[in-house]
Amino acid sequence: MPKTLLTVATRKGTFVLESDDRRDWTLRGPYCEGWPVYHSIYDPNTGSIFAAAASEWHGSAIWRSSDLGETWEHSSEGLSYGDEDGRRISKVSTLARAGDRLLVGVEAPGIFESRDDGKTWSLLSTLSGQHGSESWDDPANQPPGHLGISGFVTEPDDSDKFFSIVQGVGAFETEDGGSSWTPRNKGLRRDWPADYEDVGFCVHKLVRSAADPQRMYQQNHVGMHRSDDAGQSWSEITEGLPGDFGFAAAAHPHDRETFYVIPVDGGHGRVMHDGKAAVWRTRDGGSSWQDMRKGLPQENAHLGVLRQGMTIDKHDVPGVYFGTSTGQIFASADEGETWSEIASYLPSISSVDVVVLD
Amino acid sequence: MADLRLPGTLTPLFPGLTRHVEVDAPDVLGAIDELEQRWPGLRDRLVAEGPALRSHIHVYVDGERAGLETPVAERSRLDVIAAISGG
Repeated sequence: MPKTLLTVATRKGTFVLESDDRRDWTLRGPYCEGWPVYHSIYDPNTGSIFAAAASEWHGSAIWRSSDLGETWEHSSEGLSYGDEDGRRISKVSTLARAGDRLLVGVEAPGIFESRDDGKTWSLLSTLSGQHGSESWDDPANQPPGHLGISGFVTEPDDSDKFFSIVQGVGAFETEDGGSSWTPRNKGLRRDWPADYEDVGFCVHKLVRSAADPQRMYQQNHVGMHRSDDAGQSWSEITEGLPGDFGFAAAAHPHDRETFYVIPVDGGHGRVMHDGKAAVWRTRDGGSSWQDMRKGLPQENAHLGVLRQGMTIDKHDVPGVYFGTSTGQIFASADEGETWSEIASYLPSISSVDVVVLD
Repeated sequence: MADLRLPGTLTPLFPGLTRHVEVDAPDVLGAIDELEQRWPGLRDRLVAEGPALRSHIHVYVDGERAGLETPVAERSRLDVIAAISGG
């Protein structure tokens, strides 16, 4: 079996786990000098690991390792709104590869790109002019404590086409590499008043099915949603879940109907319901849901999982992985049927990404 | 040459950087820019947009709290402090 590698972003650096059989895992790290890391990804284009990190002392930088974590460099060259702009970068939140671009989403909301694999950066877009941007572009609303770009969804066959999530505002899609944007929030539920019809949605996590690019899933602040037209419109599929709130989500790589979520309490706690850990799976596009608990703690398990905290590999029988805000990583090598704890004492986990190395 | 002391959180980020560096600059920003010339990227680790010192980075010149424009004399001592933060 080819090696499976997880890259794990935590409050105190990046870690790497590796396994040849998805049963026995070895852990390396911490890397990135123990900086708070918000998202780390394996980049198939370069074979590098990238980590978006922001130190309380030394600001934001993108770390990169071209040898699977053994050695690291960092850069923030160009990763700035400039001295005159008024906006500030308080955090680098999320990373994605889109063709020859490496994208990083930042707070205050903006997207920077690197065309040289993370050595230098330039501002790609702030989604200026979109409904709601008058608020996020206002220098008086600058960080800390305000909104950012919290996620991307790219399209494998068209690097100019990708989604960006503006935290607390909604999802937007560009089809021209970031020059123009269209809100993609039609049909989403919201339980609050809003100034605009097309924005004002709290999109937590957006994923696309690798088996069918038209099929997308979304966990947001008030429900699970599904799209059958590549995000043009959405319908709610919350019924059958223990609640409508959650962050983490993952789409099965080979079956467009199979999808995983981790519902959490939507109040201040934001941990799994009833102190019992569970991942919920649908096999029919959200018409019904099953709770997957075998091997997960079922007593006093108040686990939180953040939006980038769950991922799924591309083996024929895919493995599912999630990392918790209390530093555990749970893994399933059988599509969620059974689980085991493969790391127990890490710092609070922000993200888990997986790659199968052929 | 002024005598500049750096926090231990900074030196692992730049190969060859030591906690004790001598600089020849008219003010604090000039001293940091001199470091930038020798260790590219270092300015970003101390200075945010504005420019302004990062909020948890404090600089003292000859024992007095300083800003980026504070003058530096030939024999000054500069202490760059990573403030108590985090947990």
